[in-house]
Amino acid sequence: MKRNPKELEATHRTLSRRALLLGGAQAAFIGALAVRMRHLQVDQSDQFRLLAEENRINVRLIPPKRGEVYDRFGQILAQNSPSYRIIIVREDAGDVEQVVERISQLVALDPQEVERAMAEMRRSPPFLPVTLADQVTWEDISRVAVNAPALPGITPEVGSTRTYPRGGDFAHVIGYVGPVSDYDLSRIEDPEPVLHIPRFQIGKVGVEAKQERLLRGRAGAKRIEVNAAGRVMRELDRQDGEQGADLQLTIDANLQGYVQARLGQESAAAVVMDCETGDLRAIVSSPSFDPNLFVRGISVANYRGLTENPHRPLANKPVQGLYPPGSTFKMMTAMAALEAGLIGPEETVWCPGHLEVSGRRFHCWKRGGHGHVDLQNSLKQSCDVYYYDLAIKVGIDRISAMAQRFGVGVHHDLPMSAVATGLAPNREWKSRVHGQSWQIGDTVNASIGQGYMLASPLQLAVMTARLATGRSVAPRLVRSVDGVEQPGGAGEDMGLNENNLRHMRRAMFAVSNDRRGTAYGSRIIEETNRMAGKTGTSQVRNITAAERAAGVIRNEDLPWERRDHALFVNFAPFDTPKYAVCVVVEHGGGGSSVAAPIARDLTLQALYDGSPPLTAYPAKDRDRIAAQQERLHRERPDIRSDGRNRA
Amino acid sequence: MSYLEYNVKSVPSGLRKVLYLNWPLVVLLLSVGCIGFLMLYSVAGGSLTPWAEPQMKRFALGLAVMLAVALVPIWFWRNMAALAYALSVGLLIAVEFFGSVGMGAQRWIDLGFVRLQPSELVKVTMVMLLAAYYDWLPAKRTSRPFWVLLPLVFILLPTALVLQQPDLGTSILFIVAGGAMMFLAGVHWAYFAAVIAAGIGLVTAVFKSRGTDWQLLKDYQFRRIDTFLDPSTDPLGAGYHITQSKIALGSGGWSGRGFMQGTQSRLNFLPEKHTDFIFTTLAEEFGFVGGMSLLALYGLIVVFCISTALAARDRFSSLVSLGVAVTFFLFFAVNMSMVMGLAPVVGVPLPMVSYGGSAMLVLMAAFGLVQSAHIHRPRDRSR
Repeated sequence: MKRNPKELEATHRTLSRRALLLGGAQAAFIGALAVRMRHLQVDQSDQFRLLAEENRINVRLIPPKRGEVYDRFGQILAQNSPSYRIIIVREDAGDVEQVVERISQLVALDPQEVERAMAEMRRSPPFLPVTLADQVTWEDISRVAVNAPALPGITPEVGSTRTYPRGGDFAHVIGYVGPVSDYDLSRIEDPEPVLHIPRFQIGKVGVEAKQERLLRGRAGAKRIEVNAAGRVMRELDRQDGEQGADLQLTIDANLQGYVQARLGQESAAAVVMDCETGDLRAIVSSPSFDPNLFVRGISVANYRGLTENPHRPLANKPVQGLYPPGSTFKMMTAMAALEAGLIGPEETVWCPGHLEVSGRRFHCWKRGGHGHVDLQNSLKQSCDVYYYDLAIKVGIDRISAMAQRFGVGVHHDLPMSAVATGLAPNREWKSRVHGQSWQIGDTVNASIGQGYMLASPLQLAVMTARLATGRSVAPRLVRSVDGVEQPGGAGEDMGLNENNLRHMRRAMFAVSNDRRGTAYGSRIIEETNRMAGKTGTSQVRNITAAERAAGVIRNEDLPWERRDHALFVNFAPFDTPKYAVCVVVEHGGGGSSVAAPIARDLTLQALYDGSPPLTAYPAKDRDRIAAQQERLHRERPDIRSDGRNRA
Repeated sequence: MSYLEYNVKSVPSGLRKVLYLNWPLVVLLLSVGCIGFLMLYSVAGGSLTPWAEPQMKRFALGLAVMLAVALVPIWFWRNMAALAYALSVGLLIAVEFFGSVGMGAQRWIDLGFVRLQPSELVKVTMVMLLAAYYDWLPAKRTSRPFWVLLPLVFILLPTALVLQQPDLGTSILFIVAGGAMMFLAGVHWAYFAAVIAAGIGLVTAVFKSRGTDWQLLKDYQFRRIDTFLDPSTDPLGAGYHITQSKIALGSGGWSGRGFMQGTQSRLNFLPEKHTDFIFTTLAEEFGFVGGMSLLALYGLIVVFCISTALAARDRFSSLVSLGVAVTFFLFFAVNMSMVMGLAPVVGVPLPMVSYGGSAMLVLMAAFGLVQSAHIHRPRDRSR
């Protein structure tokens, strides 16, 4: 085809023009792309670099090893024991069903657990490990390990669980750990990330909870690189954490075990305290429970058994239980009067069996009265009227103040759960809380530890220790943290008149050692270990005038929960006080018949650091004591019985 | 003046043609190809398999194809244009209708060493046909309605076929490349103005109708358009890819994170890292400098094609070279806009770099046409 050269020229010009136009447009577009790239790669580079790092780096926490807890002699009380799990990785296992089939011939697998594991495997990426069986025994693990070649994708894994080898003995002191709950998280301010690890365990009650920060330690972290599917590619770096601190308690595990066994199934509390240092040698709540049940997750039936037991095994009675101290409080009333200089120890009060106070009649426990009684006789026989008279003279405010100086009705800072403050009431308290003015009858009731007066067994032990030493001894539960000795509770001189204290102690000695003393039946006959004490029987019900007229109903005839609480406080040896003891048996009946014998056994056990020789007991008790020791050894063979001193 | 005249007078012949190849263009293509090998080696985690080695073989084959096409006189290709177009569209129809029965959703023909997609082939044959058409058409008829309608049919027929697949990226490429050819051939401005105006009108009408009684599309269709235009509304679906892609680009910074150090691609955060999104790996590992270098190489390739077109003395050579330039430009412009989050994600590979045989072979054949136009340009013998 022939073309007109001129026409060809013209079309070529058009083409060139338009080609250049198009080329220009393309150049402009390339420029736009360059600008966009500059914007992304230069201007916003830092931001995108950060996003890329976030994409690829996961921070995994390394849970710290929890600190262990020992008794004062190094016996382990709370430890981390290895626990074994069987893990399966789907992509390594190949035929999962076949592998599970094979392993179930070696190890008894829970079909429900297997079902759950299978479902989890189907859901999650193939490289994620899934727990096939938890809490398996060492034998099972060895069998799996031996057959490893036939079990692809199966790995035995060692974890760690908290165990309490002493079981119920320390359930209330040390408490237990459990997995972090939503409630825990809501309670903790600014919770550490480690708490969000599934199945991470924290202290729930007791020392485990109160010393959580020390015991937990600090989590380490490792930065790992993951790909888009979440598979771990490599570890970039790791920062080691700090393992939790080991705690040493002041408790003597052997004594604690003995006390627990001695209290048996009574609903009771007992405290054995070192008078010199304030160290708690034993602090027991009875009945107890096995804290290991809570670590593994307690069954509903077991838990209901604990909550519905009328003896309240879960309550921490020595610090949480508040009881009217009853006659054990009389030392406070007497000390207030003596320190105020209102009476002398030899001054007597006439006890006709009751006292009329502003038209109301307050009875002594002994209907016929005690006649003329001085300080020692009144305490020895636990005359009530003597203390009514003293209280009216000295007034409630001074009694309350004296009680608080001795540690009753004040908070003692112990790392235990639910430490109660108790109550040493005064005028100001009643008008503030009840909006009523203080009545003289309130003072009379308070003088013998009834009415509003409430104290915990711990407070009564502290009171006794302070009476024995004249120093403001404070209880101590943690002896050392990671080997660092904690401040002791020896306390300072209380600034009391030494003569008054001496009279008080002598009166308490008479309670236990005078033929007419209320605790004479529970005396220690060894000269060097004699104890001084005070019985208490606190009413939990009102005795009406009609009942009193018809004769007060005997405790044994009342339903359990309306019987009197039995209390006893003592220190020993009398000459060089070493231990202060308080025993409270809820609804136990009489202090002298129920609480005092227990207190004597505890005292001797503590003094001898093991079973005391029968010669410590009055001759007529020895057969019974021997039988009792025999029975306790049978029940608790783990408690050492040889009486050697370790001090 | 006829082809015969200048053929005899001044066109190189025989093996001497090799000397007249546009060698700078060859070097540019080789450079881009090497960048491709490097990136495929990197995304495979420092391994020649599974991508880099096959890509090298195909690139070698592509060079051979280019050389073969280049050595054949350009007028042969002009004469073959209509046949080539007919054949390729025939294949497109064949895979569209028979392929869907015989090979499921796969729209390719297996040649053993490469899977040839007819739609890729059409990208070149359409350019050839339109160039031949306007070479044949007398200039004064160029803007007459009938003679405008005819090339529109050539363009819209394969477009409709690939839209069926549906392959939106390729159909956009067809329309824009075809339109550019018509524009270059001198079709009157008014047509383009009218089409653009009509397009804008239609789009506005569709969007204006939303929420009214006379709504032109269903609600779900509108939603689909929304995520198409703005993937960030669907951050875990369509938006995920584009977000990860932007992170990869941005984290590269000025000079990149280093060869084989790109975390986004190495750890599989990037989708399609060896095909459509390979540019993000380049930009992550070599940064702004690396990305701009590739863009510059691409720009130079386009410039060489345009200069060949402007130097050519016949319409077919000019139009074919320009058509190849536009097609090539569209490849990388759409791909880069896509990975930079400027355009919706449509499946367009990065030319000569993305893993894939048929697109590269077809492009190399297209550059063969440009080379042929370059070689068979009339020259003074004395030179």
